[in-house]
Amino acid sequence: MKYVEEFRNHELAQRLAAAIAAEAQPDRTYRLMEFCGGHTHAIFRYGVQHLMPDNVQFVHGPGCPVCVLPIGRIDEAIALVREHDMILCTYGDLLRVPASDRQSLLKVKAQGADIRMVYSTQDALQIARDNPDRQVVFFAIGFETTTPPTAVAIKQAKSEGLKNFSVFCNHVLTPAAMRAILESPDVAIDGFFGPSHVSTVIGSNPYVAFAEEFNKPVVIAGFEPLDVMQSARMLIRQLNEGRHEVENEYTRAVTPEGNRKAQAVVAEVLEQRSEFEWRGLGVVPDSALQIREAFAEFDSERRFTITPVAAREVKGCDCPSILRGTKRPSDCKLFGTVCSPENPMGACMVSSEGACAAYWSYGRITNQEAKQA
Amino acid sequence: MNGRGKRFPQRLDTRSGTVDMSHGSGGRAMAQLIDELFVKHFDNELLRQANDQAAFTVPAGRMVMSTDSHVISPLFFPGGDIGSLSVHGTINDVAMSGAKPLYLSAGFILEEGFPLSDLERIVQSMGHAAAEAGVPVVTGDTKVVERGKGDGVFITTTGVGVVPEGVNISGDLAQPGDAILVSGTIGDHGVAIMSSRENLTFETTIESDSAALHTLVAAMVEAVPAIHCLRDPTRGGLATTLNELALQSSVGMHLKERAIPVNPAVSAACELLGLDPLYVANEGKLICICPAEQAGVLLAVMRAHPLGGRAARIGEVVEDAHGFVQMETGFGGSRMVDWLAGEQLPRIC
Repeated sequence: MKYVEEFRNHELAQRLAAAIAAEAQPDRTYRLMEFCGGHTHAIFRYGVQHLMPDNVQFVHGPGCPVCVLPIGRIDEAIALVREHDMILCTYGDLLRVPASDRQSLLKVKAQGADIRMVYSTQDALQIARDNPDRQVVFFAIGFETTTPPTAVAIKQAKSEGLKNFSVFCNHVLTPAAMRAILESPDVAIDGFFGPSHVSTVIGSNPYVAFAEEFNKPVVIAGFEPLDVMQSARMLIRQLNEGRHEVENEYTRAVTPEGNRKAQAVVAEVLEQRSEFEWRGLGVVPDSALQIREAFAEFDSERRFTITPVAAREVKGCDCPSILRGTKRPSDCKLFGTVCSPENPMGACMVSSEGACAAYWSYGRITNQEAKQA
Repeated sequence: MNGRGKRFPQRLDTRSGTVDMSHGSGGRAMAQLIDELFVKHFDNELLRQANDQAAFTVPAGRMVMSTDSHVISPLFFPGGDIGSLSVHGTINDVAMSGAKPLYLSAGFILEEGFPLSDLERIVQSMGHAAAEAGVPVVTGDTKVVERGKGDGVFITTTGVGVVPEGVNISGDLAQPGDAILVSGTIGDHGVAIMSSRENLTFETTIESDSAALHTLVAAMVEAVPAIHCLRDPTRGGLATTLNELALQSSVGMHLKERAIPVNPAVSAACELLGLDPLYVANEGKLICICPAEQAGVLLAVMRAHPLGGRAARIGEVVEDAHGFVQMETGFGGSRMVDWLAGEQLPRIC
């Protein structure tokens, strides 16, 4: 695979590992948070941690779209599909996320609700076109990467005059969440790997004020393992030199301004919510998007009455602390005992981008060695 | 398949006709379906006897029996269809004991309204696959369910075979120090299915690897009767099958990612879809675990066979009480290779 294999090159990895080992100062630790689940997945899948010195630690952040969605929103979607005759469409991972009372969208589907997994917003739109006599709701989740396709679908629905399509909007914003992490008192992080796909849309500029305000370096990193290692080296250098700048390792895809066309279509259709609840971070101001008044008819929250549900988290689930990077998956009492990918108790165990699932699938050996040591 | 050999006033309309409830009723319509479709394409002496069972003499030795139900969607895919798959799948399950497969049975569950032209295509393909493999379908059954209660056609096949003397192959016989071999590229079947799904339109030249592996197994067993384990990595892919074997044998495994053969187009498709080829299904590949000193001979035999051209040694069996499968990644790190959680693709076989 041209242009992919190059970023997984074994020899380069060895050389980079040696360079990092030489540059990392032995008398300090480097706690580097990868915000994105995509980075978490790459670190585990390629075994990147094994190539790092012990004092360079990856702290897994909250950037897994299904992980940060509060249980209450899934409960609301379940209420929605149960109370109205509709087709609820969403991305695959979300189907398995545990909701209150041991429910999940997958279980509700098995009980007879018409819930369909789609690969894109265009599939959901097509389902609406094919079923003109039924309401079709797209359960939209994700960071800035998945937001433009949602905005485009809403615009298309409007121009086609579709009367049976709406969006249950749960899109969230990365910079606000990074700020919330650093503002929580128990968090100790030295620097950030900036998101790759998110940054292709928003660019690198939005992190500048953040890096200055909190004195934390940010390196925007690609999702391939060599990208992660090179970015770790850049962060270590900044820390060694006492700098806290925004640097861009992922120059092949990210520009300072980002994708202006995508930003424009999002701004046309969506606007900031004053606040939104995040799993692990609580209520974060200006951290999510909602549908603008001009497109109100395509907003499921306005089209349908949604019964508020008192959401109940599973007792003992440490997802909230894991999402802030203050606990490791193996610190959770449920990890590997009652909670596993086959039977997830918390969202971090569901998605392959979730820290718990990554630990379980790829990293259990390291954990056991660490525990025994 | 108890066809009566009667003449019917009108031939079965395999151009524009559809399956209806009478085709499963036991009456004349069913007899006609059996005669003009199943017996026609599966044609063999035992089936022509038109009994409710097939009677045959068996050679002395250990017999093997295996059954497999096929519910794949879509029914026709690049490199095969549900018919050929249902023959290959069961032949392979029988062969993975080292046995020579002898006979198959086939059970069909048809949905009312299913086009007879599609059914004929499937049955023809099954007949062809069985003839090519030299393993005839000698008995069978047909049922029809109401529209909406099935999904076109489901096929269950059962196979019997006999294990050559001196061969003892089983999933619990892997020993620390054994070599792990795979007969070729992994992930082809799953990606071929994925590419032909309605809602996933991407074009690929990848075809399913669906194939009957019994002649490859026969050559391997003849060269090295002391093979410890054979298994075809179907659903759950290579990763899940190795975990099954590790659990059964109470051993661990160490793999080398760079040794595992993957077709570049499969890697690319998996990259695009966010799949890991290690977990993608195969229908014409086998994993072999053997004493390390026999690995060279076996690889040579496999590579000389048309279905083993890209056979490779991908790792070794180690002592490990946890039964973990670990892998040195192509990148140079190391990680666990766990069981498949949930499902990567629905209905792949």
